[in-house]
Amino acid sequence: MKKLISRRQFLAAAGVVAAAGALSACGSSSSTAGSAAASAGDTIKVGVLAPLTGEVSNYGLAVSNGVQLYLEQVNEAGGINGKQIEVILMDEQGDATQAVNCFTQMVDEGITGLIGDVTTAPTLAVVAESQDYNMPMVTASATAEAVTYDAETDTVYSNVFRTTFTDPYQGIKMADYAYEKLGYRKAAVIFQKGADYNEGLAENFEIEFEANGGEIVASESYSKGDVDFKTQLTTILGKNPEVVFCPNYYEDVGQILAQAESVGLDVPFLGGDGWDGVAGYATADQLKDSYFCANYAVGAAPEFESAYEEKYGEAYPNGFAPLGYDAAVTLCYGIQAAEEAGLEPATDEYKQAVIDAIKNGTIEGVTGSFTFDEHNNPIKTAAILTFENGEAVLKEQY
Amino acid sequence: MTVFFSQLINGLSLGSIYALIALGYSMVYGIILLLNFAHGDIIMVGAYMSWFVMSQLGLGPVAAVCASIITCTVLGVVIEKIAYTPLRGAPRISLLITAIGVSFFLEYTTELLLGSGAKVIPAYFESKVFRLGDVNLGLTAIITLTVTVASMLVLSFLVRQTKLGKAMRAVSEDMDAARLMGVNVNSTISFTFAVGSALAGIGSVLYCCSYPQATPTMGSMLGLKAFVAAVLGGIGSIPGAMIGGIAIGLCESFVSAIGLSAWRDAVTFAILILVLLIKPTGFMGRKVQEKV
Repeated sequence: MKKLISRRQFLAAAGVVAAAGALSACGSSSSTAGSAAASAGDTIKVGVLAPLTGEVSNYGLAVSNGVQLYLEQVNEAGGINGKQIEVILMDEQGDATQAVNCFTQMVDEGITGLIGDVTTAPTLAVVAESQDYNMPMVTASATAEAVTYDAETDTVYSNVFRTTFTDPYQGIKMADYAYEKLGYRKAAVIFQKGADYNEGLAENFEIEFEANGGEIVASESYSKGDVDFKTQLTTILGKNPEVVFCPNYYEDVGQILAQAESVGLDVPFLGGDGWDGVAGYATADQLKDSYFCANYAVGAAPEFESAYEEKYGEAYPNGFAPLGYDAAVTLCYGIQAAEEAGLEPATDEYKQAVIDAIKNGTIEGVTGSFTFDEHNNPIKTAAILTFENGEAVLKEQY
Repeated sequence: MTVFFSQLINGLSLGSIYALIALGYSMVYGIILLLNFAHGDIIMVGAYMSWFVMSQLGLGPVAAVCASIITCTVLGVVIEKIAYTPLRGAPRISLLITAIGVSFFLEYTTELLLGSGAKVIPAYFESKVFRLGDVNLGLTAIITLTVTVASMLVLSFLVRQTKLGKAMRAVSEDMDAARLMGVNVNSTISFTFAVGSALAGIGSVLYCCSYPQATPTMGSMLGLKAFVAAVLGGIGSIPGAMIGGIAIGLCESFVSAIGLSAWRDAVTFAILILVLLIKPTGFMGRKVQEKV
């Protein structure tokens, strides 16, 4: 009798192999960057989860570079309580299922805290999973409210923190800045309808500006894909505002500024971090006296910028890198407290100590110094940028 | 009242652009009964040409305007020769599908070559705003309205008073009879495409004066709106296209002005549906009797 593998058996075997490949697809690398290798007992394992390949990898790489920069600095300075930090870095490829797989694998490897994830959807998936382990978790960049707080059941995910400010927070910041710092009393708003980001900023700006005592004279909206804003701008012009809040992305902002000029609406405009990159889309004249806020602006923390360039051989790519750096600062702040309490890494008490420390602490990061509010969102200063000769420059931290 | 007049001007200048584009649709439909869905994308190519000449080559606005109009004109004729002429005897549905194919071809080739992000077109002239009493009148609006009116006068003269215009009207009336009378049908059709595309070129420059960004898909919605304008005015009719364009522009402006900006496109296309239901020939369309 010949022993031949039938076609069906072969396919089944191939399928098993392929499935195994997919399950272990979390590309993992573990390292104790920095000085002398430490023995197993004296390391603290920290998970770093980010999309390092795929569509959103430019964000993921920036975050993970920022994170690793800080962790390496900590290790070079002797670690925390004499213990080196061991980084378990995994690539979730921008996929929620993959992110959860990576996370459970990290838990098996004994991490004591997680830095990640980067984009909102996979972060939400990991947040749900992390509840079972009460795993301290700091995301650098997921802005959705639901990451730290479930509005339906009014519960805060007490183990989850973030270092980026949320969308509503930007609207509030800009309303305060417009009213208190710039002295405007009559504002108009123009925003894209049906987009969480734009609506969130606009709505919170209006509420805060009016709460401050200002007046919203016009609130105009447009739909995604619109290019003609003259009608809305003419309506705004007819209400004589002193300033217009325009919380949209830079391409739309460019169109709006150009058309405002052509209908004779020559008041300053304000915006959120969607304005990053607007300089190429509007003239210096159109941008005169305009302001927008961002998590981080070039020149706000020169030591961070030069350290990044030294390690990676290129300037930090975008605001995700300093936010990643601060996520690492935040988690290490918590670990420091747990170590000082003499607890054993990866135990439940240790994790709780990390969470409590972060919750009650003040973090000194490169994007500013911050504490956390009741929903675990950072209360921090925003970088306010303005324009000089059409180029965005840091005005101040506010 | 001040705001009303300003919105009227906004509507008129938006409508002028629709009208110029609608003319191209209408003329081509009038002569070979083809809905040239690539027409909107010709405008897109014209806009990129302006960007290329001013931003990349660093030449002045006059060169950019000339380059845009010439490119559109040539492109229109080339498309006609390559894609439509070989299908002269084919069923109309084949022509229509080809037109949609050409449209996608232009959009995705541009996206492949230049990316999907918007390119900023430098200003052709320095923006100025004049005040007439309380009403702000932008230089852009003045130029848009003037150029549109001038283009339409020239077009009317061309169609009514010249020999080529006569040939166009003859071919549109009855292609076979015109051929028997010695009219060169092929060159007349090419000429119609050239004129329609040149108007699209002018429309593209005016569009970029008001909305200074070029994207690969900018032509599709613009083309559809102009198509609605052409149908509203009576497709095939030159004065109809002008009236239809202005009517759609005014309608869009006033829908936004009363705070229903989210409904703007919906209203435009509702007009299309209503026209097709109630008066398919539009304002100025001829009633064509089916010959038995």
